[in-house]
Amino acid sequence: MQAWHFTEMPYPDLPPLDTLSTMRVSIPSKLYDPKIGAELYNRYLDEHMLADELGLNMLLNEHHQTATCINTCAPLSAAILARQTSKGRICILGNPVANRADPIRIAEEMAMIDCISRGRLDVGFVRGVPYEIFAANTNPTQTVERLWEGIDLVSKAWTTTDGPFNFEGKFTHKRAINLWPRPYQTPHPAIWITGSSDIENIKRAASRGFVFATFLQPHEKVKWMFDGYRSAYRDTGLPGGGGTAYMPLVYTADSDEEAEKGARELTWYLDAKSEPQYRNPPGYVPVEYNVQALKGTFTGRTDAMRKQSIEYLRDQGVIIYGKPDDVAKQIKRLYGLVGGFDHLLMMGQAGHLNHEMTKRSMTLFAKEVYPQVKDLARTRPLEAQAAE
Amino acid sequence: MSVAERTASIVNVHGIDIDVEIRGSGAPILLIPSEEGLEAQLPVIDELAKTHKVVIAFPPGFGRSERPDWMSNPDDLAYVMLDLASQLGLEKPALVGFSFSGWVAAEMAVKNAGAFSKLVLVGAVGVKIGGPYDVDIQDVWLQHPAKVAAFKWADPEKANRDYSGCSDEELSIVARNVESFARFGWEPYMHNPKLKHRLHRVSIPTHLIWGDKDGVVTKDYGRAFAGLIPGASFETVANAGHYPQLEQPEAFAKALTKFLR
Repeated sequence: MQAWHFTEMPYPDLPPLDTLSTMRVSIPSKLYDPKIGAELYNRYLDEHMLADELGLNMLLNEHHQTATCINTCAPLSAAILARQTSKGRICILGNPVANRADPIRIAEEMAMIDCISRGRLDVGFVRGVPYEIFAANTNPTQTVERLWEGIDLVSKAWTTTDGPFNFEGKFTHKRAINLWPRPYQTPHPAIWITGSSDIENIKRAASRGFVFATFLQPHEKVKWMFDGYRSAYRDTGLPGGGGTAYMPLVYTADSDEEAEKGARELTWYLDAKSEPQYRNPPGYVPVEYNVQALKGTFTGRTDAMRKQSIEYLRDQGVIIYGKPDDVAKQIKRLYGLVGGFDHLLMMGQAGHLNHEMTKRSMTLFAKEVYPQVKDLARTRPLEAQAAE
Repeated sequence: MSVAERTASIVNVHGIDIDVEIRGSGAPILLIPSEEGLEAQLPVIDELAKTHKVVIAFPPGFGRSERPDWMSNPDDLAYVMLDLASQLGLEKPALVGFSFSGWVAAEMAVKNAGAFSKLVLVGAVGVKIGGPYDVDIQDVWLQHPAKVAAFKWADPEKANRDYSGCSDEELSIVARNVESFARFGWEPYMHNPKLKHRLHRVSIPTHLIWGDKDGVVTKDYGRAFAGLIPGASFETVANAGHYPQLEQPEAFAKALTKFLR
């Protein structure tokens, strides 16, 4: 099992939340102090450099117009880390290809970072969460199509090495695509994709050999998704690479009290405040879901996790915390409950969790937990598991 | 009141299934429901059906009409609706559209005004009047639902529709109307930058009816829209927001029948 350090790079120094209607999309930038922001950027990058020193990998993402994440251009952070670190893998999870105007620009950015890092880059692609629609002004009814057209085009651009090719698709038109440089890794860096409910999307990811990642979901749902991935992997044959990744909140401490304190700081992320219209843009989910919404029975993933007790979240595997041996035990339990997974994506920093506490948890994890879980077996096809 | 004959059916227009209901007989009226999809229930339609053949037709993506994947804007819808009018053999119908379907009707009229006798636009969107920083058309998706209700309705309580008695099929239509509205109106937001340069082609009597409290597209927007169509007249309906036909059906009926008479 591979372990990854992750923070959304939040800007938590906000006025009291009850005075704000939202932390996303329309929160005024006068509430952002550039001097505090400068400290935060450097601190979060330092934490990634520490992860590298400790033998952890580095996971990055991006969001826009939100205080929950000031990493608005993940390729920039990845480029910095490509140069400033030397061992760990770097993954952007992901490039919002459905929300960016030009997939080829993403292909170029990733190829360049892969070269600078000497092949340490994994490349994730995301459709983008609902509120991202507004910053990008993407048509919310077509993001799935745009996602897949973009991924296929980027892959083709990376792997076409004998001069220009033509592409006149639905969302991108270019008549002389000829990527310079091409990626350091051949044929191209591992591709990751995220998902939650759309099982067809998960199977499509499996059949292309992409790593499938999901975040902060109850373990039964994670198992359902990973089983879907593994069954497609069996049906279609895995073309190489692939695997499963899960992100819980993780805090490791010297005592139970400190662990709970750290865990409670991390739940800041689950409580991020937003206005209702940002949660379900028209056509973002299929008509069947919106029929449920009209009946009042569909509220979305984050709402389901919001306001749950920390004990409940721990039982569900959404949050993992404790002393090193307890953390290792919880990871192994989760691993068993979901049928195994390959990548533990640890949101080890969120909200007001300070630098010292973040460093302590990362260090304890790397030194005392990671050795206990590192050798857990990789995801295998369902039938192979059954045969054993 | 005698009930006019009603025929609801699916008409295939060059491979695309279109949801059509026909009531009454006489001089034809082609009425395209708004994104709310509720206009077929207006009493004024039965009133008009006593002396007219009223054709209520949903554009692709709305009602039970099919939405082919290649369609991306009201320009595409306008061609299908023109084909429908021709296929049904409607002899110069009056054309009526509301809000989003007003935009579709305007696109139809600039393409072939000669196919129609009159044009009625009710709270129509579709043109950009101001500059890039001006909000000509309020954003109904980006703002808080309470604000949007106040833009749309003189009485914002009207926004609270009761879906409790609806079947899943009816709810699917509501949900798909919302989805199609976004598919076709997302960007450029609720307008075609070229439409205002084409509206001079609308050479038929045109009347614009506007809610005096419309907050989505204000009266000023409506007057400016009217100013782009040669000889177009403009009137307001009191105590009505963006959907005067739904909020003040009687006053709206008077305004519509007077112009169509």
